Amino acid sequence: MKISYYPGCTLKSNAKNFEESTFCALKHLGVELEELPRWNCCGTVFSLATDDLIHHVAPIRNLIRVKQSNSNQLMTLCAMCYNTLKRANERVKSDPDSLEKINKFMYREDIDYEGDVEIVHLLELLRDKITFETLAQKVIKPLKNLKIANYYGCLLVRPKEIGLDDVENPTVLENLVSALGGEPIDFPYKTECCAAYQTVDKPEIVADRTYHILTSAQGQGADIVAVSCPLCAFNLDHRQKQTLKKYPDFKNIPILYFTQLLALAMDCPEKDLRFDLHYIDPKPILKERDLI
Amino acid sequence: MRINISKNKVRDDFVLKIQELSGQNLLACYQCGKCSAGCPAVSEMDILPNQIIRYAQLGLKDELLKSKAIWICASCMTCNARCPKGINIAEVIEALRQYLLRKRKDHLKVEKLTDNQKEDVPPIALISNFRKFTS
Repeated sequence: MKISYYPGCTLKSNAKNFEESTFCALKHLGVELEELPRWNCCGTVFSLATDDLIHHVAPIRNLIRVKQSNSNQLMTLCAMCYNTLKRANERVKSDPDSLEKINKFMYREDIDYEGDVEIVHLLELLRDKITFETLAQKVIKPLKNLKIANYYGCLLVRPKEIGLDDVENPTVLENLVSALGGEPIDFPYKTECCAAYQTVDKPEIVADRTYHILTSAQGQGADIVAVSCPLCAFNLDHRQKQTLKKYPDFKNIPILYFTQLLALAMDCPEKDLRFDLHYIDPKPILKERDLI
Repeated sequence: MRINISKNKVRDDFVLKIQELSGQNLLACYQCGKCSAGCPAVSEMDILPNQIIRYAQLGLKDELLKSKAIWICASCMTCNARCPKGINIAEVIEALRQYLLRKRKDHLKVEKLTDNQKEDVPPIALISNFRKFTS
């Protein structure tokens, strides 16, 4: 299986652990990723104002690149890219007038966008194409006894028309963890916002959210928390520094991308997991569970 | 807090502008409060999401535009998902931010961020922050 892949900005910098673990795991699963040529920023957030067409240009230009590379499907790993690309796509598909305006604005492109690209997230590919049954059979090193709380955040599930699972109680990550032989832990904060970009100028808000989200997961017995968004990962992992300062009773907990769990189960070498990029080192708990 | 309600404010262009930018019918709201009940940011807000809708219906422009709440909302869309009347509250709040940003009233002064603040965070945080807080 070959699929066009959209990395986005952070997968090429702070979230190299997200990307490299995916490369290794998907190789084991026989999926070939082809990075989208000449991709540009997706815009990170979908423009909510009705008339703000200019901010849909960046995501739609990426979809033109997909067509130019003779594909009609684009896979993302980052939850924010997924949401922005998919929402912009749905917006122009349901509103031909804005599609025409955006195409006219990009008159220097060789082709017009016609609304015929599908955006998929890796989790959808694993669930719907590969299937968790097949995945379970390919597991080399089951994540035995590892208690994993799965954090979805906002953009994988909201809004409902865009989300890849139930808007209030998604379970795709739990099902993935089960297929990998791990122990999924349910907790009430799994779709609660981490405060996202407030982390730049109001990190104290993020510290509050991180405290509530992570202590809730720990209260249910989680060893680690799995995420799918590089901004959630930064807030839940790196902002534990500020969290501990504000809440002295807080106990650190490692944050892993779901793809790192996938790579662990596929017995990928430790260098592909890039633990050097983590603030809270996941190695002690993984060693304790005999996973590395 | 004393708030003056007047016919002029209710009929002000401001109300129409917010409806136009958000694409929402403000009068559909019947104040059930579900948006505020589910909002993870209410503890930081001076005006709660259901109050924002009420204020917008009444054209309380000054109160809304100087509120802290519109910049605390991070568009997590929980309110939208739970509104029984199908109102996209996050879009209304975006319209209020846009109302200011389109007059070049930025919430964040990029030049005032310290090197440490900029180096510390991933690009995804900076880009989304600037997209939401600057014009």
